[in-house]
Amino acid sequence: MRDVAIIGVKNTKFGELWERSLRDIVVEAGIGAIQDAGVSGKDISALYVGNMSGGRFIEQEHIGALIADYSGLSKNLHVPATRVEAACASGGLALRQAIMSVASGYSDIVVAAGAEKMTDVGSEEASSALAAAADREWEGMAGATFPGLYAMIARLHMHRYGTTSEQLAEVAVKNHKNGSLNPIAQYRNRITVDDVLNSIMVADPLHIYDCSPITDGASAVVLAPADVAHKYTDTPIYIKATAQASDTIALHDRRDITTLDATVMAAKRAYSMAKLGPEDIDVVEVHDCFTIAEICAIEDLGFAEKGKGGIVTANGETAIGGRIPVNTSGGLKACGHPVGATGIKQAVEITTQLRGEAGKRQVDGAEYGMTHNVGGSGATAVIHIFSRER
Amino acid sequence: MSSVPRFWRSLGSRYNLEGTRCKECGEYYYPPRNFCVNCRRGGHIEPYNFKGTGEIISYTIIHTAAEGFEGQTPYTLAIIQLDEGPSLTSQVIGDPEKIHIGMRVRSVFRKLGEDGERGMIYYGTKFVPADPE
Repeated sequence: MRDVAIIGVKNTKFGELWERSLRDIVVEAGIGAIQDAGVSGKDISALYVGNMSGGRFIEQEHIGALIADYSGLSKNLHVPATRVEAACASGGLALRQAIMSVASGYSDIVVAAGAEKMTDVGSEEASSALAAAADREWEGMAGATFPGLYAMIARLHMHRYGTTSEQLAEVAVKNHKNGSLNPIAQYRNRITVDDVLNSIMVADPLHIYDCSPITDGASAVVLAPADVAHKYTDTPIYIKATAQASDTIALHDRRDITTLDATVMAAKRAYSMAKLGPEDIDVVEVHDCFTIAEICAIEDLGFAEKGKGGIVTANGETAIGGRIPVNTSGGLKACGHPVGATGIKQAVEITTQLRGEAGKRQVDGAEYGMTHNVGGSGATAVIHIFSRER
Repeated sequence: MSSVPRFWRSLGSRYNLEGTRCKECGEYYYPPRNFCVNCRRGGHIEPYNFKGTGEIISYTIIHTAAEGFEGQTPYTLAIIQLDEGPSLTSQVIGDPEKIHIGMRVRSVFRKLGEDGERGMIYYGTKFVPADPE
């Protein structure tokens, strides 16, 4: 296997982009990443696109071909394009497929993109499309919603470990603060714990400010074999690990609903592949689709003892400048969560951090970074570890 | 809420908690599975009717409803572990203030939801507190 590096990155603005279509935003991200990498279309040997639900959100399937076409990679170049789907982990999986394609020697320069256009449908339809990430027949048909599933995780976490609504709110407060420093973030306003606690209840104990929003956005990265990465950029960021794990599709079938075993297993595989541990990681983007999800994630990834994620957050240990900065981009909560794009956006953020180009949200001296992308309530987890040095 | 055949296919399980059990390892499955997770091809699956008693593992009160459940908010959704072992997701009827983790519940036959005013009405299993207060 060959070592792989990221040589170009680009996020579009995240938000409610009424005037823009899916193809518009993916092309902006893709061309931006290619430009950042200093490669041209004819150098590209493959394209992977993470997209959860083009069929539900814009009544469009065959997203890979669509994106290749509008990126100018089809008509003359006939570049192979593949859509990758694993609900909200689609982007992370697209990145993983792209890495494996380069590592195997099958491809050289590969683009991994992710995109979702969620605001072409109303919020009820969007929620229903998102609920398809859970078990439709045995969770959805009982009346489960996505916030409802994570609310049950939160309830048991609170019951067992004493986690509080205030601690959950601290996750949102921190991520909004980080988002205020990120020019592409959907929400750049700062909020307080009281704002969260006084916002409407969606699924008790989760308020609307405990939930990530509905977002349009696209992200892309360009990968190259590490041996040639310096030909394109002075600051290649190296992939130290790519790991993925599965768990039961339904939350009720899990061994323990307060632990995402898929995250634990993917992290174990990733740390082993990178020959690193949680203590080596300087900055991490985790899948905070709900505030409780960030608390579980930092525990399951080894950044906090099980049950202590809330306390660690309230202590400021996950803030920029803290022991382990989490979600410097603003996370899914404030940067936004265009589901198929999220896993790629996380890689763009970590690359930006490791390059030292994150401006006001820069983590000083960051050498190792991690991304953690989850599908559904934890049936898929995909983790990547990145390094400034090869 | 769903397509009619999709719901109809599993009516027995939805109305009467019909599940399955592996004769080889003794594992019970609800929702039913026809392939044993433990024994895989070595398993021997047979039908099993659950008693319908269990306890609440966790719960939430849903204020923003799923599609087809809009008329029911707020409603209590729970993960319930049946006494035979497996867990399922279902609604719990009763005073939300009195519902708690560890509460004993039993199954009842109820209306689940409907596809609008003129659409299908769906029936199935919900749970109520097992011990009268």
